[in-house]
Amino acid sequence: MTEHHSKRSLEIIPPTDFIWSERLPGGAHWSGVIRRGTVLRLTDLEGGCNVAMLLNNLEVKNERYNMPDTLKAQKTAFLTKPNMCFTDMGRVVCSIIEDSCGWHDTLGGLSNASMLQKKYGEKTYQEAQDDYYKNGYDSLINELGKWGLNASDMMPNINWFSKVRVENNGSMTFIADNSKAGNYVDLRFEMDAIVCLSTAQHPLDPNPEYVPKPIEMRVVKAQPVKTDDASRLYRAENERAYYNTKIFYGENPDA
Amino acid sequence: MPNPIKKPRFDESRIAYREVVEAGTPWMHEVKAGQYFRIVDLEGNQAVDTLFYNAHNHSERYSATDTIREQGNIYLTTGSVLRSNLVKPMLTIVDDTCGRHDTIGGACSAESNTVRYAIEKRHMHSCRDSFLTALGECDCYSQKAMTKSDLSSNINFFMNVPVSPEGHLDFDDGISAPGRYVEMLAHMDTLVLVSNCPQLNNPCNGYNPTPVEMVIWE
Repeated sequence: MTEHHSKRSLEIIPPTDFIWSERLPGGAHWSGVIRRGTVLRLTDLEGGCNVAMLLNNLEVKNERYNMPDTLKAQKTAFLTKPNMCFTDMGRVVCSIIEDSCGWHDTLGGLSNASMLQKKYGEKTYQEAQDDYYKNGYDSLINELGKWGLNASDMMPNINWFSKVRVENNGSMTFIADNSKAGNYVDLRFEMDAIVCLSTAQHPLDPNPEYVPKPIEMRVVKAQPVKTDDASRLYRAENERAYYNTKIFYGENPDA
Repeated sequence: MPNPIKKPRFDESRIAYREVVEAGTPWMHEVKAGQYFRIVDLEGNQAVDTLFYNAHNHSERYSATDTIREQGNIYLTTGSVLRSNLVKPMLTIVDDTCGRHDTIGGACSAESNTVRYAIEKRHMHSCRDSFLTALGECDCYSQKAMTKSDLSSNINFFMNVPVSPEGHLDFDDGISAPGRYVEMLAHMDTLVLVSNCPQLNNPCNGYNPTPVEMVIWE
């Protein structure tokens, strides 16, 4: 088998579709705009990463990812392909069009400073420079602030690559090893969105060591969204949210 | 089930405030630290969509994810500590004759009605419209007025949203009944924002929104 036909070739992207990519170490935070009509691929480079994410509409910033609206419309307690992530305004911010991991948490929330102190102790910038311990809440507050957003925008977030199972009595179990090295999830953005993320460990991760894992972000052009798109067809609720999104962008929803 | 929580015996002479909130109506009121706050499901299976704010700093408010994660369980009942986005205890549920309350089902809105039911259901009365009405009319602000940005994920008292280990979630028939109540002890001066849910399209309130009673006692 030549290198050209190796497994990697399955993922070859035409050079005109590639837009940008960036690696992010564990424990880091980032924010940026991801445009409608592009796909953000998040890849777990080493296995066991966690990507805490908040999503806001770039034009109407108080429109944002809404956990309850997303879950109840799709009758699910977690996210995977072909789920859509809904905003509080009945629209779609992004669709999960590929997912080699299978379960992404949106119930567990974020780590915070006192939790980190209890779990891992303290490591400051003065001792460790950029390896200082960073928590999810303060990291996302930092990123939200860059867009004029604040603590009021700290909504229930998504934790990509993490799994929290809810038992019949309601108890929550963190499932370790949910994501393997190389797992990825593709988010096709249906809305110009401010994406804020943190690669801090999941708050329920029982690992006593502070070892947040790195990720790669890669953005490519999306294929046109057809009427038989799996995310649109998944439930009637999804198609109606997509309809609302088309109207928001001044497009005929029935065309 | 958690152990019963010690509290003073309830009697009418201890009541500082009581009011019946009609179906489909918002209600906003402050509960002081140390006061008990009881919600009575007068006719049964009514969803009471509820948000809490630190009365002196509205940017500190109830956080569903912090509350369920810290107690390790998605359902709220006696013993549940209702926490803020700063993970501080705001209130503790000290008595609960219903048994289980939801905090991941969220509140209905005109916009979510279009998604969940039909585009033509947009006009129907909803909790988030009630919340916004209350925020617009409230003269209780100690700081800047609150807006839609301040509407985070709420509690649905008396509502039943079971989740399975496989990850299925649905709104199910209620498990409450006439006269059942939930009672909380406030740990901080807390601004309470309630929408007594007007939803007519799902079993969250038995397709029949009914009044509830708010009782604050010391």
